[in-house]
Amino acid sequence: MTQAVVLTVNGRRFEVDCEPETPLLWVLRDELHLTGTKYGCGIAACGACTVHVEGKAMRACVLSLADVVSKEIVTIEGLGASQLSPVQKAWIEHDVPQCGYCQSGQIMAAAALLAQNPQPTDADIDAAMTNICRCGTYTRIRAAIHRAAELIRL
Amino acid sequence: MPTEISRRAFIAASLSAAGGLMIASGPAAAGAAAPEPWSETPAVLPELNAWILIEPDESIVIRVAQSEMGEGILTSLPMIVAEELHCDWAKVRPEFASAHRNFTEDNPYRRMGTGGSGAVRRSREFLQQAGASARVRLIEAAARRWSVPASECRANEGMVVHGASGRRLTFGALAAAAANIKLDQEPSIKSPDQFQLIGRPMARFDTPVKVDGRARFGIDTDLPGMVYAAAMTCPVFGGTLKHFDETAILGRRGVIAVVPVPGGVAVVADRYWRAKEALARLPVVWAPGEAAASDSAAFRQAYVQALDGAAATAHETGDVVGALAGAAQRVEAIYEVPHLAHAPMEPLNCTAHWQNDRIDVWIGTQNPDAALQLAAKTGEVKPENVYIHTCYLGGGFGRRSVNDELAQAVLVSKAVGRPVKLIWSREEDIQHDRYRPQAALRFRAGLSADGGLAALDITTAVGSITRSLGYGKAENGLENQAIEGLANLPYAVENLKVGCLLKNTHVPVMFWRSVGSSQNAFALESFIDEVAYASRTDPYALRYSLLAGREDFRRVLTRLAEKGDWGKPRPTGHGRGLAIHESFGTIVGEIVEVAVSPRGQVKVERVVVVVDCGHVVNPRTVEMQIESAVIYGLTAALYGEITIREGRVEQSNFNDYEMVRMAEAPLIETHFALSGGKKWGGIGEPGTPPLAPALANAIFAATGKRIRSLPIKNAKLGA
Repeated sequence: MTQAVVLTVNGRRFEVDCEPETPLLWVLRDELHLTGTKYGCGIAACGACTVHVEGKAMRACVLSLADVVSKEIVTIEGLGASQLSPVQKAWIEHDVPQCGYCQSGQIMAAAALLAQNPQPTDADIDAAMTNICRCGTYTRIRAAIHRAAELIRL
Repeated sequence: MPTEISRRAFIAASLSAAGGLMIASGPAAAGAAAPEPWSETPAVLPELNAWILIEPDESIVIRVAQSEMGEGILTSLPMIVAEELHCDWAKVRPEFASAHRNFTEDNPYRRMGTGGSGAVRRSREFLQQAGASARVRLIEAAARRWSVPASECRANEGMVVHGASGRRLTFGALAAAAANIKLDQEPSIKSPDQFQLIGRPMARFDTPVKVDGRARFGIDTDLPGMVYAAAMTCPVFGGTLKHFDETAILGRRGVIAVVPVPGGVAVVADRYWRAKEALARLPVVWAPGEAAASDSAAFRQAYVQALDGAAATAHETGDVVGALAGAAQRVEAIYEVPHLAHAPMEPLNCTAHWQNDRIDVWIGTQNPDAALQLAAKTGEVKPENVYIHTCYLGGGFGRRSVNDELAQAVLVSKAVGRPVKLIWSREEDIQHDRYRPQAALRFRAGLSADGGLAALDITTAVGSITRSLGYGKAENGLENQAIEGLANLPYAVENLKVGCLLKNTHVPVMFWRSVGSSQNAFALESFIDEVAYASRTDPYALRYSLLAGREDFRRVLTRLAEKGDWGKPRPTGHGRGLAIHESFGTIVGEIVEVAVSPRGQVKVERVVVVVDCGHVVNPRTVEMQIESAVIYGLTAALYGEITIREGRVEQSNFNDYEMVRMAEAPLIETHFALSGGKKWGGIGEPGTPPLAPALANAIFAATGKRIRSLPIKNAKLGA
């Protein structure tokens, strides 16, 4: 039988009772009701479920609960919990979202990139931003990442 | 009688149902009470009309009958109402209109479907009228209160002002009185030269909730007592489920029930993951039927062969046969396009709660009116007892016009007697779409001795969307979706014939962003390029001359050539291609700049777009839609291909149904050449059709190799 495990999400600790192989994505969505992290493909191909695990952008649909126990997890709800992050501000300035479904993942990927590389070049952005957006917001995402880099420097 | 779940109660309920033992205090989600535009019926306060509700705190609620799937109507449609209302824009709060009310109150919202790039152009006049009517009645209410003639009062920024005395009252203070005023005659609406708000770039209402995870899509629905379902249907379209063995999975943790659905089966569990895992382990035997022997190669052959059959005539002028026979030079080509999936980022899903005499449905749908009827029919409940709670759509592109997932969710909820959230896996979404039809198109041109285009003979063989959806038989052999962009082509050709052969397979087909224009523009604009090269004419110059009498097209074309550097030299291996096409009332011209490596790698560097949609409501969202349409078209042109083998779709997910990503996204520049006047064109789709031909023409310019079959990934472009 399974037994409850403790998970740290957005700085809070939660006890969840799920099979250890349950993907983090579904733990976040169905157990913790943090629905900002989205299901898109289930095979780490689209990035709609991107969250931060120990500060790195990871795809929650292929991480099991067992993989992330005792690790620091941040979701879109935690990114700008006290005040909007520079990435979110830049996203608003550049009117990035259309349907918006992939944007939590895009923002989490961009925030992780900027944390590691505060002044990314276009090539850095191409390499780091591999999430799919069916609405095609890529040019605005690129501009918003450059703007967020500026906001961080200010 | 069960109580109505209002928006506020719904949010409260979903919060109290928060699962997981919370060790820390406070809600898990930040700012959970998002200002969401859930439909809420009935209105508690007196309304000015079905569109406008003014609350005592001066909030202006504006109902939006179309669905927000990224196109920005949640902002642009309220702008049209507010243009006439003269309210304070900062106080506007959009809300999705109620499909239930549209059914029970004789269509106050007219047609609620979102499609055909029609949100603005089909509702602009009556939205302006609704705003104007409300403004005039607010003024009248103030005039009566002050005992002055209404002609001495005006409305501005949410206040009615009496000019002579300087007295003023807010809309909120007047709303209740205004609601009871009936006008003898509806006021006239503004003409475009009087617009103050329409045409200004306005920030979208939905952006803030889409950058912090608050926006609720259908898949985020969370109800007390809700269970989850995963569903699958026969991998061969039209096949059925012969047998399943539920005993194999009923003992798994959380599994509640196994419920047959049309053509398949659903597993219900206390969590989605448990339902999905159990479904994957459910032993099933399908009865796939005869279509199991079919494949894409055979379809391809059949569509090309069909071109020699007797086509229905979609358009005919002059004597094509004679002109072709007498031509100095002939050009002929066949173009082919495959089936395409829509693949919206949010996989199809629906939450349904069936309760004997009432059904509540939470869904992202492009067609709330049809969703209501489908729920009623499937759940055997009167349509007046069905409530559709419209959520944000995580992409639509046409797919969410027909809600196969809704019927499944209603059946499953009815079977288990609880609210059920049913989610399709991405694999189910890709393999059970209703696809852009496969097609073959043949073009024959006759050139006169001076290189002029004397005759054009076009035949298309394509799947019928009308027949596939069961909307009719297209008995004369024609349907608009098959021939749009061809039968009404803008070029002046003396001898022109357009023929159509509707030919369906077992693969369901439907509207895919830009519908028939998606394949027809590819073929037509590629062929015009071929004719240009054959007649040694510049492709821009040929189009310009063929567009005699179409000043609107010529304006777009001229501006496009100027903005897109037409005629400027490009390095070896680089090319520039052009295409222009009208769809949904809007003309779009595109120039694509491409680099093709010696090994045949295609890199699209820049796309320049010129648009004539007549008028622009919100320039910001129009630009976004053009960028979106270009990327959508680029993915399809480079990679898009759904293939059938043994009757079933071969692709299953984003690993084998590839998408353009950041690294392949070109620079996109949007410019306007607006006709104004009476023209109001659509904007969600018209940017897609010119992309594929402009790209194919650019590849020809770079390599001398002509793309006649999509997607381009299959072309041998390397040395």
